[in-house]
Amino acid sequence: MLHRPKTLLCFSLALAFGVSLLAPQLNPYHLDVLLTIGINIVLAVSLNLVNGYTGQFSLGHAGFMAVGAYASAAFTLFAAPRWFPDANFLVTSACFFVALLLGGLASAGAGVIVGAPSLRLKGDYLAIVTLGFGEIIRVIFRNVDALGGALGLNGIPFHTNFFWVSFWGLITIYMVLALVNSSFGRGFLAVRDDEIAAEAMGINTTQYKIIAFVVSAFFAGIAGGLYAHLKSSIDPKGFDFMRSIEIVVMVILGGMANTRGVIMAAVILTLLPEILCPIAEYRMVIYSLLLIILMLTRPQGLFSFRIRPHPSHSA
Amino acid sequence: MFESRQNILELHDVVVNFGVINALKSISLHIKTGDIVTLIGANGAGKTTTLRAISGLVPIKSGRIIYQGDDISLLKPHQIVRNGIAHVPEGRMVFANLSVLENLQMGAYLQQDKKVIKSQMDYVYSIFPRLKERIKQTAGTLSGGEQQMLAIGRALMSCPKFLMLDEPSLGIAPLLVKNIFEKIVEINRQQGLTILLVEQNANLALDISTYGYVLESGKIIVQDNSQVLKTNPEIRKAYLGG
Repeated sequence: MLHRPKTLLCFSLALAFGVSLLAPQLNPYHLDVLLTIGINIVLAVSLNLVNGYTGQFSLGHAGFMAVGAYASAAFTLFAAPRWFPDANFLVTSACFFVALLLGGLASAGAGVIVGAPSLRLKGDYLAIVTLGFGEIIRVIFRNVDALGGALGLNGIPFHTNFFWVSFWGLITIYMVLALVNSSFGRGFLAVRDDEIAAEAMGINTTQYKIIAFVVSAFFAGIAGGLYAHLKSSIDPKGFDFMRSIEIVVMVILGGMANTRGVIMAAVILTLLPEILCPIAEYRMVIYSLLLIILMLTRPQGLFSFRIRPHPSHSA
Repeated sequence: MFESRQNILELHDVVVNFGVINALKSISLHIKTGDIVTLIGANGAGKTTTLRAISGLVPIKSGRIIYQGDDISLLKPHQIVRNGIAHVPEGRMVFANLSVLENLQMGAYLQQDKKVIKSQMDYVYSIFPRLKERIKQTAGTLSGGEQQMLAIGRALMSCPKFLMLDEPSLGIAPLLVKNIFEKIVEINRQQGLTILLVEQNANLALDISTYGYVLESGKIIVQDNSQVLKTNPEIRKAYLGG
């Protein structure tokens, strides 16, 4: 897909920085939609590593996002002002970067805790465990008073801007593509195609699944941090089961293991409710209809054009 | 003269249970270095389970698996592959979405030395020239016979000392079956590779093997030199079609 990935990444990052200087010219509503698109790209591309490339079915992405959101928001709200009371622009930016990293790492840690025992399960069973995890996380945050309980955390500074979103978006895309296109990363595809054959080749399948899960959780945590500093307030309801489903829909709509398609799907599915604003209450109906139609007509995903053999042909 | 060669693999009273079902009831076998040994038996006799127990894909309840003098019964599959045991699973199980080349590279997953990978790949192409013609093709779009060649080739990529083949003739055109069995003999002779062959087509398996075990309901009921087994009236009646 990419011929000189590192050069392209540096170029894109520079471009993102350039464009971010122009971002204040934008209408705040448009900017907000744009940033949400970016955050959803991070979420969908990272989930694609687990659900698409590694062939596991995780339904807990919103849970990881919540961990990242709360961890980074807590850092910004409680730790940063105490340590750096008189912050200038550079210090604030550095603090935000640390907050995001902290969110990502906390989420990756949660990924290890959930992944290590549950990734021995397959298919539906794994989906149920990850779904359970997402719900547990939500309930925990609702009951921890230090983190605002059901009200959540409010008054988080608006640190998320165009630059940071595009920065993490590009890093996520680059990391996922670099990972799956390496000789090490072919292991993910092998695990997806046939776990027994992969094991018989000497691949430690559990290790691969955990790596995919943890990397994916890390970026979900980053996305959560970006989300928290974009919306300024987070509460447990914002990370419910439907949020996970939205991300899964993006991955399926874009085409499993098709990063380009997943990015497109993230863009479309973020824009769709905005365009359909007048009939927002039918949004979920349209989602569901879209999924049904898609599964009937393009089970390989809207943007997958490569011919893939049906799994039964290989058995 | 046969007695002077060492056993590359020994199974001592291996028991495997799936829940309450007793899949293997005390299996013992001995495989000499350089031989082709076959396991024959009806569906559900435990042939595939035996192979999977050896490669660590199913845990064993009791018993010992000794490979080159070391007990490997408790090792994980990836550790077992590292020791030089390659397993071609039943139903071929190639990585359907990866190309032929990528499948072969997956086979060399544990091999770091690029030169060894290259020479092994050349060897695989020399036995199965068809694979070289289809190097970029997605494995799932290959014919059944070609997928079997790929599965065997992929196993050879790990430079194994001991190769296990599970039903290589399953679902393959008869003409290709003959070709694949000739290749199996060729690999055994050229590379000195010990082969454990599980096969429904008992005639074919006994033709190319030196020693055979007959499995029934998780137990070994008869074992002997393949030529002797072929003339055993009971075996003939049960497995060789009279």
